[in-house]
Amino acid sequence: MIVVPCPNCGPRNSSDLRNAGEVVARPDPATTSLTEWRSYLYLRENPAGWVTETWYCRSGCRRYFTIERNTSTNEIRESESS
Amino acid sequence: MSRHGYKYSAGRLLRHGLTRDAWPRMWRRPERRDSYDVVIIGGGLHGLATAYYLAQNHGITNVAVVDKGYIGGGGSGRNTAIVRSNYLTPEGVAFYDRSLHLYNTMATDLNLNVMLSRRGHLTLAHTDSALRTMNWRAEVNKLLDIDSAVIGPAEVKRLTPSLDVSPDTRYPILGALYHPPGGIVRHDAVVWGYARAADHLGVHLLQETEVFDIICDGGDGPDGKGSGGRVTGVRTSYGDIGSPVVVNCTAGWASLISNMAGVPLAITTHPLQAAVTEPCKVFLPTVVVSGSLHVYVSQTDRGELVFGASVDPVGSYRVNGTLEFTEELAGHVLELMPGISKMRLMRQWSGLCDMTPDYSPIMGYTSVEGYLVDVGWGTYGFKAGPVAGETMAETIATGRAADLIAPFTIDRFTAGDLVGEKGAAAVGH
Ligand SMILES: Cc1cc2nc3c(=O)[nH]c(=O)nc-3n(C[C@H](O)[C@H](O)[C@H](O)COP(=O)(O)OP(=O)(O)OC[C@H]3O[C@@H](n4cnc5c(N)ncnc54)[C@H](O)[C@@H]3O)c2cc1C
Ligand SMILES: [Zn+2]
Repeated sequence: MIVVPCPNCGPRNSSDLRNAGEVVARPDPATTSLTEWRSYLYLRENPAGWVTETWYCRSGCRRYFTIERNTSTNEIRESESS
Repeated sequence: MSRHGYKYSAGRLLRHGLTRDAWPRMWRRPERRDSYDVVIIGGGLHGLATAYYLAQNHGITNVAVVDKGYIGGGGSGRNTAIVRSNYLTPEGVAFYDRSLHLYNTMATDLNLNVMLSRRGHLTLAHTDSALRTMNWRAEVNKLLDIDSAVIGPAEVKRLTPSLDVSPDTRYPILGALYHPPGGIVRHDAVVWGYARAADHLGVHLLQETEVFDIICDGGDGPDGKGSGGRVTGVRTSYGDIGSPVVVNCTAGWASLISNMAGVPLAITTHPLQAAVTEPCKVFLPTVVVSGSLHVYVSQTDRGELVFGASVDPVGSYRVNGTLEFTEELAGHVLELMPGISKMRLMRQWSGLCDMTPDYSPIMGYTSVEGYLVDVGWGTYGFKAGPVAGETMAETIATGRAADLIAPFTIDRFTAGDLVGEKGAAAVGH
């Protein structure tokens, strides 16, 4: 079980939330090229170790927030940027 | 001596049984060379099959397969061994069907009994929309000459009497996609068969050799990696190995290896769990899959029931079992087969799956010269091992992507040309 700290609802089982994956910088849709946009959509670093990722508090407050998780151990820590 | 070393036969079995003489080792522990013509990273089925076909079909034998652990320690030794070709896209169907053909003659080709059992494969539909997808799949399959059809609940019951097909269950069985040639195989035997045959043809199997870096030259990224560059070798726990061709066959670890060459992938790594019960009398004649209930089950020759499900929802490199999985699995299986409620689970395990956005693999050349990928095998790559090896070997030997893998190019993501297989591959098998 992975316990995810929602900034609003507190610690919740990860099955109450949805993992929206690693944070990827979103290019400006007005100026980006198709290739750049699709890279943003599909390409991932997928590291084994600490990653900053987005979670969606699906059955709680419905807020999106970011945390840091170690994908080798599933240990979680608060993200600087959240 | 046969083509693949010490020949296995009924006579030999009898002699070894009587004399108690030890069987010879299936493959050597070779002296490492400083360089090879081809280095394959990953000693799972895909890496081994690629090496075997390079040697067998193209005479390229100065090849090393490097693995950080042991042969078959990744997904190839953890899967539920279901083989089938009733996919959804014409590209997928043609590809997986070639693999089934290779499985058909494998025991003879590799001189090892791989216990292929083409017992029939049922994908149950519990909703109208599922039934619609099954009909779609059946039509694509028939067009490509694959034995595949939608059948009704009565026929499902006739084929697999232990299923509850009554209309008053929570998820009534409205029908199924029936694929008679689908079945199961003995996964370890397949892996060992290719390893033994490749070894005998001169391929070096370097176990316990971890790749830390891919050495590149001339690329547009740091250290000469990335687009426009070329590969010169790999850095391993036993020092550098030179090679103009490096192939990534590392499945769940594929992104880590590809990042070493500066080639990002459209992959996230998810654990997939499976479980097995105590053995019991054989009663389940087919492989049964339910997409809506996220579960599938088959019975081994020893009588155990093997269960699988969908990948864990949170991407991770950690392979531990979870209680959520067991609970959900048990609930769903009992919906289908209430009769097995007293059976005990013996083991539960997990492996890493390299998931792509369109549930199709990523194969062939990349923007770095000499660096090739055979990845994105997700939850469905075991059945594809033979054809992946055959086509990757052809691709390396001829310098151009084999026809069957052309749709699976790495460029399809940035080109917006995806090969959507989710309708046939979302439940992991
Ligand atoms: C529980 C489960 C059930 C499954 N069920 C099915 C099924 O029923 N049917 C089906 O078709 N597929 C199934 N699959 C998927 C299938 O197992 C995989 O797609 C397939 O085995 C991948 O084979 P591979 O040779 O590409 O990779 P693997 O067998 O995973 O081998 C990759 C190898 O790379 C090595 N490696 C990684 N990093 C390094 C490094 N840095 N240096 C050196 N070596 C490295 C690893 O040690 C590993 O041995 C299942 C998977 C799981 C986990
Ligand atoms: Zn919340």
